Amino acid sequence: MHATGITPPQGVWWKPAHKSEKVWATIAFVWCMVLFAMMPFWHLRGGQNPSGIRAKVDPLAYQARVMEFIQDYQVGTDAGFPVVAPPPGSDVYLIGQMWAWLPVLQLEKGAEYTLHLSALDVNHGFNLYPFNVNFQVVPGYDYGLRIVPTEAGEYGVVCNEFCGVGHHLMVGKVIVTEPEGAQ
Amino acid sequence: MKTLFRRCPTTGLAVHKDADALIKANAVAATVALLVGGVAAVLVLLTRWQAVHLLSDVWFYRILTVHGMNMLIFFILFFEMAVLYFASAVLLNSRVAAPKTGWIAFALMVAGALIVEWTMLTGRADVLFTSYVPLKAHWAFYLGVILFAVGAILVTTIFFATLVVAKREKTYAGSVPLVTFGAITAAIIAAITLLHGAAIYIPTFLWSLGLMDVDPQVYRLVWWGLGHSSQQINVAAMVAIWYLLGALTAGAVVVNEKISRTAFVLYILFISMASAHHLLVDPGFGPSWKVVNTSYFMYMAVLASMLHGFTVPAGIEMGMRLRGFTQGIFGWLRRAPWHDPGFSSLCLSLVVFGFVGGITGVTFGTEQINIVAHNTLRIPGHFHATVVSGTAMAFMGATYYLIPLVFRKKISFYGMAKWQPWVFSAGMLVFSMAMTFAGTFGVPRRHWDITFSGAPFGVEYSPAVDLLFALMAAGGLVAAVGGAMYILVTVVSVFFGKPLGDDLSESALAGSVPPGLYTRPFAELPTDDDEAAQLKEHGRLGPMPGTMILVAVFFLAFVVYYFANWKLLSAMWQIG
Repeated sequence: MHATGITPPQGVWWKPAHKSEKVWATIAFVWCMVLFAMMPFWHLRGGQNPSGIRAKVDPLAYQARVMEFIQDYQVGTDAGFPVVAPPPGSDVYLIGQMWAWLPVLQLEKGAEYTLHLSALDVNHGFNLYPFNVNFQVVPGYDYGLRIVPTEAGEYGVVCNEFCGVGHHLMVGKVIVTEPEGAQ
Repeated sequence: MKTLFRRCPTTGLAVHKDADALIKANAVAATVALLVGGVAAVLVLLTRWQAVHLLSDVWFYRILTVHGMNMLIFFILFFEMAVLYFASAVLLNSRVAAPKTGWIAFALMVAGALIVEWTMLTGRADVLFTSYVPLKAHWAFYLGVILFAVGAILVTTIFFATLVVAKREKTYAGSVPLVTFGAITAAIIAAITLLHGAAIYIPTFLWSLGLMDVDPQVYRLVWWGLGHSSQQINVAAMVAIWYLLGALTAGAVVVNEKISRTAFVLYILFISMASAHHLLVDPGFGPSWKVVNTSYFMYMAVLASMLHGFTVPAGIEMGMRLRGFTQGIFGWLRRAPWHDPGFSSLCLSLVVFGFVGGITGVTFGTEQINIVAHNTLRIPGHFHATVVSGTAMAFMGATYYLIPLVFRKKISFYGMAKWQPWVFSAGMLVFSMAMTFAGTFGVPRRHWDITFSGAPFGVEYSPAVDLLFALMAAGGLVAAVGGAMYILVTVVSVFFGKPLGDDLSESALAGSVPPGLYTRPFAELPTDDDEAAQLKEHGRLGPMPGTMILVAVFFLAFVVYYFANWKLLSAMWQIG
């Protein structure tokens, strides 16, 4: 005899399950294994993984590195922000601070870069528009992501982690150009 | 001793007077928090809806903080404290182990909540619900949270002590009922959660006084041990209430105690790992850590939810069939008590939690898919479907039974109560789905102005986003009406309602309390003969054919949504 959920079951209730329950439990278990296997599988075969090179960094040292990077590769300015065009294959740096992303990056389509993300003051969020690519930007931590821009165009960088009252003003920019010699 | 108890005429249980009073106090505090959080919800909604854009930037983030704290901490935890007293003292026929401590705990929780409300509304804590260090609030904010958490830890301790008292005083025979088992699960997860809360808020409190440093990444790790695990208390409490409402409204049976209880144990073992869901695109953790933790060690907690998602409807189906509703595959479902707000709440909670909240949650919690979900509107879209459409809806349904059973009052505006679950759930469904879809366009969560006026560079979202925001606003406002209906019905019933009286017949109660209270389907357990007859083969779908079809539809939706998101991800830049 069954109990309801509010009556104490009497005697031994460890009894074999019905066949339908066993069928569903088996389907659910196999599905859970599929869900699990997809993540290592994507690390082996997929093109998008949040692994990166991760290190602790002093926020001020990181800021100094960004300034050096801007000096080395600046090609112009846009809305008062330095535009920086690093060579393909190099390390590129972006810093989030209240309330701006620095600098504007100019990258080549199809080239690989290591994009470093970190913050000067509080947590910020990296969101690449119109592609919906999102990463957490934490002060004191350098997140180096190997990226390959697959389409040319202009991209917005929207801050999507609350960082104080000017949060909604924090928009940066990434420009992706066709590779030289492609024209 | 005897005078401390009253005999519940509906269920035959002995109810301790202290349990009664503590349940009432915590339930009333929960409703007040719901009202404050609900007003904040409407203000936030009318600001995010760019067509209205009601609040200023400062007040938007301030009120968003108020909304998060009141809903996710104060409303939910006060209600869960009431559930813990109910599932231990009431369901086990027992006295409350330490009622005086229960009142101290309640006072601590109220004091903590008031301090937090004061810091938030006076602009001393514009840090949002998550209060990520190094954004800093006034020290009193952290102190208020700590006081509240200490109160909640005390209640959890009283709950366990009450279980011991009930066992020792032999107030029940056999094993604890499944609903109590579910509440034990919730309480164990609560203990884990609250310890995480202490581990993060005490250092943060000291940091706010300038006495120590807190690493921002460590904060995120430990804070989510509180922030996500507290939502897992909700899941366990909600599932327990599904079993409770199933029994009360439709005479649901427990198809197999072993399966249901094992599923609860899987929650205890694995669900706390899900705090990793929030850290999948964080710099502080490597891929192996992320994969193992985000999957709750190979999705064992998802397995648990999928088992409950089967056993809850299966229990209703079998209970209905054993009572003679055997027609066809879905005859039991058609003849189910849909006009009972407890039953409709249960079904709406189960369906929206599973189909919208559960599927999106597992998908977004996948390590790589999180890249296209983290901090977008997809995340609040997901958790409004779980915590609001799931947990809050189930709690509301339970209230319609708690008011007559515990407060001994009839339900005022019973006609409105019958409609309330439908209005609330329909509104939340539209709201959370519109939010989730807007998030797929990259629209950020927690953002005052997605037109970015004044920003150095422009970003213009697809016109579809405008439409989705209008739908979000419409759904949200309908849900707010549903929430207001709930508050109106419960407050009027509790403070001004007619007493239940001694006549518990159908003629005396019909139209003023949910029908489960006078039809009492839970009182007549089916016999072994009924069961033997029922379990004779029903063809290939077995003895619960309706449930088999329902879970098959769910499974299909899950598979399609999951792989559609991998497809979406594969269109992005290469990242590694």
